[in-house]
Amino acid sequence: MTDNLLSIILLTPLAGLLALLFIPSANKQALRLTANIAGFLGFLVSLPLVFGFDRFAEGYQFVENFEWIPFLGARYHLGLDGISLLLVMLTTLMGFLAILSSWNAITDRTKSYYAMLLLLQTGMIGVFLALDFFLFYVFWEIVLVPMYFLIGVWGGPRKLYAAIKFFLYTLTGSVLMLIAILVLYFQYHQEFGVYTFGIQELLRISLPVATQHWVFWLLFVAFAIKVPMFPFHTWLPDAHTEAPTAGSVILAAVLLKMGTYGFVRFSLPLLPDASNTATIVQVVVALSLVGILYGAFVSLVQQDWKKLVAYSSVSHLGFCTLGIFALNPNGIAGSIIQQVNHGISTGMLFLIVGVIYERRHTREIAEYGGLAHVMPKFATVFAFAMLSSAGLPMLNGFVGEFTILQGAFERNPLWAALGVIGIVLGAAYLLWLYQRTMLGKVTNRKNLGLADLSWREMAIFAPLIVWALWIGIYPKPYFEVLEQPVARIVERVRPGVYPPVPPARNVEAATR
Amino acid sequence: MNFLDLIWLIPLFPLAGAAVMLLVGRRLDPQGISPHALDESLREELAQEAHGHANHGHDDHDGHHPAPPTRKLVGVLCSGFVLLSVLLSIAATLQLAGLSTRSHEVVLYDWIAALPMVLTNGTIATLNAQLGFLLDPLSAVMILTVSGISFLIHIYSIGYMEHDGGYYRFFGYLNLFVFFMLLLVLANNYLLLFVGWEGVGLCSYLLIGFYFHKKSAGDAGNKAFLVNRIGDAGFLLATMLLFVTFGTVRFTEVNAAVASPGEPLAAWGAVAVICFLYFFASTGKSAQFPLFVWLPDAMEGPTPVSALIHAATMVTAGVYLIARSNALFQLAPEVSIIVATVGAATALLAATIALVQMDIKRVLAYSTVSQLGFMFLALGVGAYWVAVFHLFTHAFFKALLFLGSGSVIHAMGGEQDMRNMGALRDKIPVTFRTMFVGSLAIAGIPGLAGFFSKDEILWQTVSSPLGSQLLYGVGLATAALTAFYMWRMMFLTFYGEPRMDAHTAAHVHESPAVMTVPLVILAAGSILVGWLGVPKVWSALPALFHSFEHWLEPVTAPTIQAVGEAHSHGDDHGHEVLEWSLMALSVAIALAGIAVARWVYLVNQAVPERLQAKAPALYRFLWNKWYLDDFYNAFFVRGLALGGGRLMSAMDRQVVDGGVNGAGWLTKAISSVSIWWDTYVVDGAVRLTAFTLRVVSIPVRLAQTGSLQGYALMIVVGILVLMGIFGRN
Repeated sequence: MTDNLLSIILLTPLAGLLALLFIPSANKQALRLTANIAGFLGFLVSLPLVFGFDRFAEGYQFVENFEWIPFLGARYHLGLDGISLLLVMLTTLMGFLAILSSWNAITDRTKSYYAMLLLLQTGMIGVFLALDFFLFYVFWEIVLVPMYFLIGVWGGPRKLYAAIKFFLYTLTGSVLMLIAILVLYFQYHQEFGVYTFGIQELLRISLPVATQHWVFWLLFVAFAIKVPMFPFHTWLPDAHTEAPTAGSVILAAVLLKMGTYGFVRFSLPLLPDASNTATIVQVVVALSLVGILYGAFVSLVQQDWKKLVAYSSVSHLGFCTLGIFALNPNGIAGSIIQQVNHGISTGMLFLIVGVIYERRHTREIAEYGGLAHVMPKFATVFAFAMLSSAGLPMLNGFVGEFTILQGAFERNPLWAALGVIGIVLGAAYLLWLYQRTMLGKVTNRKNLGLADLSWREMAIFAPLIVWALWIGIYPKPYFEVLEQPVARIVERVRPGVYPPVPPARNVEAATR
Repeated sequence: MNFLDLIWLIPLFPLAGAAVMLLVGRRLDPQGISPHALDESLREELAQEAHGHANHGHDDHDGHHPAPPTRKLVGVLCSGFVLLSVLLSIAATLQLAGLSTRSHEVVLYDWIAALPMVLTNGTIATLNAQLGFLLDPLSAVMILTVSGISFLIHIYSIGYMEHDGGYYRFFGYLNLFVFFMLLLVLANNYLLLFVGWEGVGLCSYLLIGFYFHKKSAGDAGNKAFLVNRIGDAGFLLATMLLFVTFGTVRFTEVNAAVASPGEPLAAWGAVAVICFLYFFASTGKSAQFPLFVWLPDAMEGPTPVSALIHAATMVTAGVYLIARSNALFQLAPEVSIIVATVGAATALLAATIALVQMDIKRVLAYSTVSQLGFMFLALGVGAYWVAVFHLFTHAFFKALLFLGSGSVIHAMGGEQDMRNMGALRDKIPVTFRTMFVGSLAIAGIPGLAGFFSKDEILWQTVSSPLGSQLLYGVGLATAALTAFYMWRMMFLTFYGEPRMDAHTAAHVHESPAVMTVPLVILAAGSILVGWLGVPKVWSALPALFHSFEHWLEPVTAPTIQAVGEAHSHGDDHGHEVLEWSLMALSVAIALAGIAVARWVYLVNQAVPERLQAKAPALYRFLWNKWYLDDFYNAFFVRGLALGGGRLMSAMDRQVVDGGVNGAGWLTKAISSVSIWWDTYVVDGAVRLTAFTLRVVSIPVRLAQTGSLQGYALMIVVGILVLMGIFGRN
């Protein structure tokens, strides 16, 4: 069982998809029930990872490694370390909640809708589990297709524009990434006489720094588009605004993390010398800081509820890339924790927009006001999500942001000082959004009879609230899970700066 | 029983109360949509539709439907949780007094234990912020003040909020507020302190915006949270710099590092920056210039909230932070001078604004800002225990004054404008008498709490090596203004002729006992607590009367000998004479302030208007609060934030996305050209070939008739021709 655990996690959504195919399209009740069961099972089968994962062991765990396309040297190679563990758990949970949130929202072409969501789920899990660059690329591309259809078929008024923009933008990045992969692939063959896409093998190649540089930029564009970093971000507001709720949730919570994950898993370890050069660090950090402030400023003036949340993602993801390119343990670990946090908080914020959109079919902030009188439970949940997103201590966001800032401060206090401004502005646009939608008097009679959260909707928010509290109150396990893999990456990029982490850290001694 | 190990429960009790309210509060106090929820126009529209029901106007009384019996439980439960904290605080403090070290730490677990980090001195350390609690004399004073005053405010609120909707919500927030404040003062490290620090910011947001149907309340809540957040940014940066300098964020370890003589002094520049940033953070929370603007607006919340924010919680946090960090501040005299200057300036500035306010709560709000200025003045001149002392006494009389003003407002049916009050003295006697005591206390009349602490501050500004005559002068002037504007408030409210309309006048009534008993207790406190810190020259009194300074000594004693020595040596006799005469001066000036207020607002009531007419510019300047709010609003909110946001948003659509769409357009244009080329040139060439072939093939096609006979004929003809050609040979 545990030998194939990762494959089981990877394929459970696909099995659900297969089951869907045998249900007639007219039977919507059976379709959504099956999809929900598949989503829930997908989450359940990933739970053993949490309990079976050894925090202090070195290297990848639950590894599966089989030959796949022998003449290319591509292998079916899956494995998991602390970084992928967190992102996989985020994916399986958010995937399930996204499906659950679609219960009433999607009535049109239900079958293909849920099929797309499940396919998307497999693709994303694959991205975080693949230890073979070719396999990674395949999953990376698989993700594009269902997302394209989710936006293009079930989206809002400008869905085609948004879907095509999303697809073309990401595809451009993918092509550049493919070139980078091939460079590494042939370089390895040149050095060792064997063709392989294995990530651990590729670490052994010694590229000249100049080559590393332009390979870095190729990968950078691919990942920066996905994150998205300023100035590659403009596909995001459109895609988010037009996508159905579940699409936005998945897009924000998981899909964007594929970009940051790419930096951590590939750019830094494979191109350590390039990653540590002053030019690259300065450019990427500058773009991150610009993203943080720019995203926050643009959020301030949005009139569209969903677009506001979308731009806030640009700001939050700026923190994640800032942390990564601080190139120190706190920066990177904070970044990964913040990726999970962003998934939880922004996922909640998009679900919140979804709840209200389902009732009123408009996202104009001006259409609302005084909703807290009508929907008190909803107002409470929204307040929680807002505070979690704004980084209130004892909730998840603070732990990530503070750790990132600590890492940034260690490299350059000025970076931290600029980042802190983003935190202030973050509170500003969220509070103002809350005030305009929830507080004040009810001015629009259409808002009068709105139903408060149903039990199903409460069930969607409950696990996210619990998770946010857990990370905020007791984040220690997260640091422990990340310590090993992060130390390994930092050691590769900046050897000898930090003491090596002993495989089995003495927890008691460290707390003194 | 060892209460010292249970101190972590002190903040936890109110948290439990808040949690209960969040989970089941709605069931204990069920309610429909508040009558204030609807916009005027919408309400009229609905009322017209529901014609015939004839219940227009009935809406306003919806809030008064009979309360369910469980509603009482809400207030009792929440007050009860705070009472538990009070009792445990007292028990723990008593046990602390018995300890020889006067310091006790309880660590529950490691909260944020981050990864290794390179410090400024090149060593590698790991930030470890514990969920740990530290009880020492300073935090003992704080928990007693916070929980005690908060408990009285809770009791008062049971009566005050009785007719308000959202009763359970209110008490839940109050409990949460007390939780965060107790966490703030009990934390054993800077990062956990920050949890409480942000937490009280959140609760102030929730409570100031409690009447969230009012836009002004929502605005004030946002303002409080955001202005505080600006200060919080300073706190975060300070904490990070502190960590890379000392390798720890725990109070005891930082203090030990500062005190250890072997410590390299290379990083002292960093210490000054740390202190400055912590001070900046404090200007947000404790409402000092330039970040004080949120506090006066905070009175948008229900009056008990104002009392809570202004007296016991929230604003005291900044004073506490600096007192807690006094070991660092002692190393940074240049920052201390800034602290003292800003404190003195804020005290004076707020007092001048308070001179012209007409809203009874606004007067008190600015007086809080001013009194906090006094505390910062004390911190700045290195008199840390005096600052805490003033914080302690101020908590009593300011809570009293705010709750008293609440009682006045309650009696007046919601009226807050002093121009519509007057002659309330006999109608609400308990409120009047208690507020009378409070106003004497804040004015600095000997024998009452405010006299002892304020006078000690003034004395310290002269006698401390960091002090100066200028600071003393500003302090003295502010003291005079304080006595004046407080008694202006008293005379306008309680004396003279009644100025309210007949309807209101008929309904004026004293508040119920649940509200007046806390007032009486606070009044007693406003008289008595000052006697714990009588002036040093009153040496005839037994040690108990000097106990406050002595109690705080383990925390606030000078770490660097130089400061301490300059402090204690000198001509003792000369000091004594000076201290006595300064004391007499400040008492005289306080009495003068009261007398002038009496003359202006009671005896010769035309004076204010004449003054106003004489210097209209000055009056407008003060009335508009030195135009600071307008400046911030124009420059930061509308200019930088919204203007910048709009600019960038436009840029995003036009430039950044314009580039993308441009690329899309270019691709389309290129493909149009390609299509043209493809259709007319490439495809044209293909079709041309086909056309040519077709033309060329015309003769051939002519022959291809499809008729078998024709073909047979051609075959025969062909054979004959071939035979003719080849047969000749």
